[in-house]
Amino acid sequence: MSSTPQVLTARPAALHRPRRPSWPRHLHGSELAWAAAFVVPYAAVFLAFVVYPVAYGLWMAREPSLYRDLLRDPLYGRTVVNTLLYVGLGVNLKMFLALLLSGFFMRRRWWIKALLPIYILPWALPAIPAFVSFHWMLIGEEGFVDSVLSALFGIPGPIWFTHRWLALGSNIVAYIWKWMPFWTLTFLAGRLAIPQELYEAAAVDGAGGCRRFTHVIFPLLGTLYLVCTLLSTLWTVGDFTTVYLVSEGAPSYSTDVLATLGIHYAFDAAQPALGVAAVMSALPVLIPIAIVLMRTVHTKEVQL
Amino acid sequence: MSTITADPRLASRASTRARRAVRRGRYLGKAGVLVLSVLLVVWTIVPIYNMVLISLEPEGDVFTDHLWPKVPSVESFLGVMTEGHWYLEHFWRQFANSLYLGAMVTFLTLLFGSLTSFSIGRMRIRHGWLVSNCALLTYVIPASFLAIPFYRIMQNYGLANNLWSVIAALVAFATPYAIFVFQEYGRSIPIEVDESARIDGASPFQIYRRIYLPLMAPALVAVGTYALLLAWNEFLYQFLLLSTKSSMTVPVALAQFLNSDQSPWNYMMATAIVYALPPVAIYYAFRRRMTAGLTMGGVKG
Repeated sequence: MSSTPQVLTARPAALHRPRRPSWPRHLHGSELAWAAAFVVPYAAVFLAFVVYPVAYGLWMAREPSLYRDLLRDPLYGRTVVNTLLYVGLGVNLKMFLALLLSGFFMRRRWWIKALLPIYILPWALPAIPAFVSFHWMLIGEEGFVDSVLSALFGIPGPIWFTHRWLALGSNIVAYIWKWMPFWTLTFLAGRLAIPQELYEAAAVDGAGGCRRFTHVIFPLLGTLYLVCTLLSTLWTVGDFTTVYLVSEGAPSYSTDVLATLGIHYAFDAAQPALGVAAVMSALPVLIPIAIVLMRTVHTKEVQL
Repeated sequence: MSTITADPRLASRASTRARRAVRRGRYLGKAGVLVLSVLLVVWTIVPIYNMVLISLEPEGDVFTDHLWPKVPSVESFLGVMTEGHWYLEHFWRQFANSLYLGAMVTFLTLLFGSLTSFSIGRMRIRHGWLVSNCALLTYVIPASFLAIPFYRIMQNYGLANNLWSVIAALVAFATPYAIFVFQEYGRSIPIEVDESARIDGASPFQIYRRIYLPLMAPALVAVGTYALLLAWNEFLYQFLLLSTKSSMTVPVALAQFLNSDQSPWNYMMATAIVYALPPVAIYYAFRRRMTAGLTMGGVKG
């Protein structure tokens, strides 16, 4: 890999360890034809189903008046706040808990080893059944959560989806439930890659759990943590399924995020251009995140 | 560790105290670990238990606020198996659609991804880096943000309500990751292998087919599972692009239940559980290799 001018300024990793190329430096004749033919299928897919939709989307959202309409719509402002809260709280809570839990799963007790496959289950479970279940669990008095509350404590639970903050919180909890195991595994792999001697050295020097965390683990996993957080942010901004299935935007579109609002504009309000404009308005935030992410990956050589 | 005290007695008393504190800490730690384990199990299991609970209720008795089914009934599962409810008329057709979608996305992602990474990483086609970097740029704009233009384009192509439109979208989204992983993994295979094959007169396609693919098997398994699970998890594109009962996949059919307040929820949950079984089975079958794929090449700090 090498660099495109603005986005990737880092050196390609392969250049660091030069190697005698077995294929000739410049391919000729039939070999060049083969090499080109191998790239063509993906290049065609990329042009037809990535470049074309992006260009088409930008073209659909080209009118400045669309953005004026968006700013005038109170729904849009509320959605931006929801998206910020959903992504900011969801991603950071999930990542931090995953980092702590990855330490928990480093323990060598047999029941912790047995716990890991169970804990991973939400990740293996498809998103749709999981979120449908969350929706019914929180549906109100008849939902499982409120039934438990009244059976154990004798208190009537709230009706979760009639209150904006409760509904938003439900979305975040469902999101964390589904995706935390994946990142825990990633951090677990990262921790396992830290040489065991470092832990032992820290323990010999009398570092307790807390200090070991701040002085050994965090500096070593810091880059990985940053990369994973940025990557997860990019993915979560585009999350449609969670909000659509758990709170369904209830009450009255007040927990929508940008991805669901775009679809709502396009298919319920029959304003596709406005829908595209709503989601494209996130690009000024997404592009810098992507740039930082790619720079970090290239300079620090973190591999996922 | 260099606490040299003048008085040895003082030092020993301090160390006894320290040892006692350590022991107390260990008990507390053990209790904490146990509590945390129980909490994690509850946290993980509750939504899954809720699914099973609702699916086992006899029809009409759903939501009667008890914590376990009074009269568990497998009626709903039988209903799913025999397409015994009008919501489930085409269940097996839809399940087959989901399988077809998953299989095609996996196959094409592996095919296109491995061909591209072979050309870029092994044959080192000129400007190959441009292809792999552009591919990664796919992830700057989330797939859900492209759903509206994609829907329009597919309508223009006359591919709306066709499974292949969803396959195209998912392959386009999964392949960049495949190329990335294959290139990283491919670095661990010595290039001399290709060299000796070339000297023996193998064509690039033969090298790809006979040497590259077998050596890449672990990465292929990891990425293949990823692509399959991606297709199985995806909802938005299937929801927008597939609208007739015979062309839709199981997730879209599940969303149909949500359109009405009078839907048979036990059937819906039974459908959800049946749909969730294959990936869970695949996941546990390939668990070790998938985790290996996740951390392909290790994590360098």
